[in-house]
Amino acid sequence: MRPTNFKNTNTMNYLQTYLVLGATAMFALTGHAKLNVVATLPDFGAIAQEIGGDKIKVSTIARGTEDPHFVDARPSYIRVLNQADVLIEGGAELEIGWLPPLVNGARNSKILSDAPGHVILSHGIRLLEVPTGPVDRSMGDVHPLGNPHFSLDPGNGKIIAGILAETFTRLDSANASYYASNLKKFTERLDKKLAEWAKLMEPYHGTKVVTYHKSFTYFLERFGLELVGTIEPKPGVEPSPSYINALIPRVKGAGVTLVIIEPFRPHKTPGYVAQAIGAKLLLLPDAVRGNEKVKDYFGLFDYDVAEIVAALKNSK
Amino acid sequence: MKLMKFVVWSTALCLSITLLHAQEGSETEKFNKQLKQLQESFEKQQNEMKANFERLMREQQTQIEALRKQIEGKTNGPVLAASPPLDQSPQKPMVSAIAPIRTADLSSPWRPSDPIRVGNAQNFINLSFDALVAAGTSTARDIDSLTPGGSKLELGGHDPKQRGFTIQNLETVFDGKVDPYFRGQANIVLQIDPHGDTTVEAEEAYLETMSLPWNLQVKAGQFFTEFGRLNPTHPHTWDFVDQPLANGRFLGEDGLRSAGARVSWLMPTPFYSELYMTVANSQGGTAFSFRNEHAGTPFFGRPSLQGRVKSLGDLLFAPRYVASFNLSDSQTLVAGASGAFGPNGTGGDTQIYGLDLFWKWKSPEQHAGFPFVTWQTEGMARRFHAGAFPGDATVVPNLAALPAETVTDYGAYSQLAYGFKKGWVAALRGDYVFPEKRGLYESIVGPDLERASRWRISPNLTYYPSEFSKIRLQYNFDHRNGIGDDHSVWMQFEFLLGTHAAHKF
Repeated sequence: MRPTNFKNTNTMNYLQTYLVLGATAMFALTGHAKLNVVATLPDFGAIAQEIGGDKIKVSTIARGTEDPHFVDARPSYIRVLNQADVLIEGGAELEIGWLPPLVNGARNSKILSDAPGHVILSHGIRLLEVPTGPVDRSMGDVHPLGNPHFSLDPGNGKIIAGILAETFTRLDSANASYYASNLKKFTERLDKKLAEWAKLMEPYHGTKVVTYHKSFTYFLERFGLELVGTIEPKPGVEPSPSYINALIPRVKGAGVTLVIIEPFRPHKTPGYVAQAIGAKLLLLPDAVRGNEKVKDYFGLFDYDVAEIVAALKNSK
Repeated sequence: MKLMKFVVWSTALCLSITLLHAQEGSETEKFNKQLKQLQESFEKQQNEMKANFERLMREQQTQIEALRKQIEGKTNGPVLAASPPLDQSPQKPMVSAIAPIRTADLSSPWRPSDPIRVGNAQNFINLSFDALVAAGTSTARDIDSLTPGGSKLELGGHDPKQRGFTIQNLETVFDGKVDPYFRGQANIVLQIDPHGDTTVEAEEAYLETMSLPWNLQVKAGQFFTEFGRLNPTHPHTWDFVDQPLANGRFLGEDGLRSAGARVSWLMPTPFYSELYMTVANSQGGTAFSFRNEHAGTPFFGRPSLQGRVKSLGDLLFAPRYVASFNLSDSQTLVAGASGAFGPNGTGGDTQIYGLDLFWKWKSPEQHAGFPFVTWQTEGMARRFHAGAFPGDATVVPNLAALPAETVTDYGAYSQLAYGFKKGWVAALRGDYVFPEKRGLYESIVGPDLERASRWRISPNLTYYPSEFSKIRLQYNFDHRNGIGDDHSVWMQFEFLLGTHAAHKF
């Protein structure tokens, strides 16, 4: 190696040191500002708010009332992501159709895929329905990494809260104890609620249900309901009359008593199936703010559990 | 004595040979011993490892069993032990296969030391292939016109070009992160022309920065110039079978794209707004209104030469400003203004101006992205400063001498699309292109069909069986001054394989 190279390396090192120092100084100066948190889905935003309290500002991209697979990449979110300190993403390819161009346009190194500010929640969660064999698109929109609708298990809500508390602490260590105490409060409250919901649902264990898409898998698993069929023949594929005609005797024979769909799905076919098999059709929000009564993460399960219990109580 | 000597020597020789042998023997023995030792230690190690592994397996097995029992106790049902019989048809068992293990203890949050799932970790390149095929017919006599400079029904390079089938676009896209600083993309397009010959087109190949300071982003290579809404996009994303007339007339059949570099600045406005500046070569077939040879045929009555970049003034400059506003929770507006300035092949220079507007309503309760309504409009104006031409009597037919003049043309299209039901989109487009006034050269060489007024109405219906395929039926009513009215019907189908990157809004 020639001496000039050493000189260059030294210069580079100095430059790096200055950059790091500068960045640290800037961080120290802006350290008192609220953490700017962007969540892709309302559930993640709601849990982030519980943990971050008034130390963070939360913006959410998707609405609770819409299909999370097909959110528009509105340019205004480029601006929002440009200002973000933290991006919370579900991952497992749920947001693949709309998030990448936004992150690319945002030119914010804090939320690039390998930055500490970019949280991919599915990396910390055991996903269900991970395909064990090869996947191709003739099977519909199968998520090769597993079912991404994991926030509908309140048990996963606790994992999400833990990941977020850790992220906020890493990026804003001054408020570490605040985040820790919020996490504790949230976890305790969720544990209490979980026991409450589980008790309410206990009499209905083993209830057989049909859903539109496999959005409720985690919820059903948690509360011991059994998924017997879906209105879509394959993920993301609309049903044909012949499929529905084959579905009806099958799910009727299995003793299905509930047809559960998200409010944004078409109501006609699920309503027809429910009527044909003598089951009840329930419109259950799959996300926070999925209807005006569901205001936070607890409210989501309060509402969904109450609806199921009310529907099944009368039929028993 | 001699015998004695012989005996002594031979004894010595024998001894030494034996000794040598013995020595050799002892070395071989030593080696063998070492090898044996090695083998033994290896076997021992292997056995140990095997034992360890088996122990670990047993431990994990019991752990899993314990967990399973615990969870079964919790859920009080056989849900986890067996996957629910979601679909009884045997052809898709993998979908309903459920991972048997659940998060160990739900009462404790995830910690970094816990096992995590990382999927798709080896994804260095995304690869996709898209095929766009049209079939149909038209009353126009110039639908398959192959004469350069002759009139053409369809102005786009990827539009249907003949009765029967047209392979519009076979596009292979490579994209991915280059390193921590750049992402890269290349679009290689194959086309089959009316002669049946396959042509290759390096449509785009560029890198783009990911983390420049000051909200800047640089793109460099060969890429579609950021001009208006449609020009930077690929045909398979279009709502219609063919390219709008204004784009064809001013930006050319292949769209305005050239080797160059682009800087964009995400502006610190409270709403989204971005400023682009593209600098590119102004010569070649993809710089249509600039230094393009037009296959050797006259352009505005005079020859057009390609030339090379000799100074800064020989480059093409294309600024663009775009802003977006959320009119309501479900309505988005994107408005932009663009320009493209550079020298042209007649010795003068060209200015193209464009305004574009895009409005979208999407139901706040959308299912699979439906229902929605979009409205997209672009208007363009081109001022072409044509240089004086002394005439050329050496070619047949002779080219007349022409004075320098400025030729101005206008064009616009407006399109409305209504996604009324999942997978179904009905759309209507109107096109209009017209000259400001007749050019001086036209009174000398005759009317120029490339400037004649023309309008077109195109209704269509598209069915998307999934996000990866589509079938489209379109009707075009064309009115061309100097040619007349024509009717065309086109079917279009598309399929997409692989991991195609998501599109911009």
